Amino acid sequence: MQSLTKRSESVERKPMTWLERMYLPGIFKGMAITFSHMFTKTPTINYPEQTRPFSKVFRGLHVLNRDEEGRERCTACGLCAVACPAEAITMEAAEREPGEEKLYREEKYAAKYEVNMLRCIFCGLCEEACPKDAVYLSETFAPANYKRQGFIYGKEDLLIPNPLTDKEAYEKAKGEREKTTS
Amino acid sequence: MVLLQIDFGIIIEKLVLIAAIITGSLVIAMYATYGERKVAAVLQDRRGPNRAGPMGILQPLADGLKLFMKEEIIPNTSNKFLFIMGPSLAMLTAMMTSAVIPWGNEIHINMLGIDRHVSLQIADINIGVLFIFGVVSMGVYGIMIGGWASNNKFSLMAAMRGASQVISYELAMGISLIALLMLTGTLSMKTIVEQQMAGNWNIFYQPLGFLIFLICAFAECNRAPFDLPEAENELNFGYHQEYSSMKLGFYLFAEYINMFISSVIMATLFFGGYDVPFIDESTLSVNVAALIGIISLLIKTVIFIFIFMWVRWTLPRFRYDQLMNLGWKNLIPLALFNMFVTGAVILWRQG
Repeated sequence: MQSLTKRSESVERKPMTWLERMYLPGIFKGMAITFSHMFTKTPTINYPEQTRPFSKVFRGLHVLNRDEEGRERCTACGLCAVACPAEAITMEAAEREPGEEKLYREEKYAAKYEVNMLRCIFCGLCEEACPKDAVYLSETFAPANYKRQGFIYGKEDLLIPNPLTDKEAYEKAKGEREKTTS
Repeated sequence: MVLLQIDFGIIIEKLVLIAAIITGSLVIAMYATYGERKVAAVLQDRRGPNRAGPMGILQPLADGLKLFMKEEIIPNTSNKFLFIMGPSLAMLTAMMTSAVIPWGNEIHINMLGIDRHVSLQIADINIGVLFIFGVVSMGVYGIMIGGWASNNKFSLMAAMRGASQVISYELAMGISLIALLMLTGTLSMKTIVEQQMAGNWNIFYQPLGFLIFLICAFAECNRAPFDLPEAENELNFGYHQEYSSMKLGFYLFAEYINMFISSVIMATLFFGGYDVPFIDESTLSVNVAALIGIISLLIKTVIFIFIFMWVRWTLPRFRYDQLMNLGWKNLIPLALFNMFVTGAVILWRQG
């Protein structure tokens, strides 16, 4: 029969030679192999001190973005909640009062914006649905929590720091996946 | 009239020595557990324990604390006296062997008005090798009694395995040593070391005997590839299945002390004990010679302990019939052959 790969070897069932029956050469060979592993590099990543870098396209926790003047982009249109296949997003809209122009970019804003991280499947459809580039997925993931309630992330968890007042934290939270189209 | 004059100095000196050696072997056994895990990790491209202290150096303390904190369980169907005696006996016999091992030549104490030469050997009895054999073969009682008293099929099976294994391999071990003893003409450990200091190490005269002794030492210590009494996947845990807390700790500890002691015995009998190669100790002062002697013995011992671990993490476990075949059909004839050849050479050289 023709072999499928070049690596297959036919098994021979001939009796062992005297040298093979002594086992010692085989044992020394095996011990040399294990000894050589003392000099190989350990591939372990020491987790709490070191972290594995995520890929550029990793979709993690949501970020509610602000524009260059530090105003919230979200207008609570609800397209993300509609697009969400897991129905993880809830929001409540409110009207911008006079004098709040520095806080919200448009006349309508999200008074409440919650993402349930236990329901979310991190598909990124909310990011694609958003017409205002207000929501995108960042490169971090939800840390462990003791309660289910702790996985429901509100606006205070999701909203990015203001770039005007807290530039450093803003740059840190922005990540590399911020949407800049449109 | 003084009927019996007791030299209190010698009592104090021996007590101090005993305390030092017991503490030393306990600490070395403790760090052997750490070393075992570290060596296993390095051989398998892992990190090993590295959380407790720098490089995980406090890991044995954490392990010991954990064992102490565990609940002490004595099964109510077990024989309580024997159940407690098992681990105690295992530990006792493991420690007793160290009594006849020469850890160094002697030290000279000359201070506080005391002028003594202290021998670094607890008891230089003229049947040292025989004593070790006697005590080591007692060690199997620890396994047997523990397995029997647990009143559990797996433990009993493991105990029987352990007993028959140790008895089988003791035979080959004894015969391989007879060849060595014919060469040295003495059973005293100290004299054997002194002969090696004057001449060559015994490994050059008895390489085959050493190999047989090494294999038998693996079997005697119940170490992989001969760890059938505690074969996890066949017998759950073997003879210490029912044990918990420090009684389990005693069994595990006794294994490491056994490993340490048999490494010392191999270093003493075949690799010159506290002899440092290429250095003439008689030209040095007594205390310096003793110090480098102890260090050299410890280095040799550590190398042997490493070999023990290296073999454990390389070779898979023997099947039971393979174990018995190796012991009775290969090692014993080989040891007998070695003995006859040695005897013939000795007779031929005597003319």
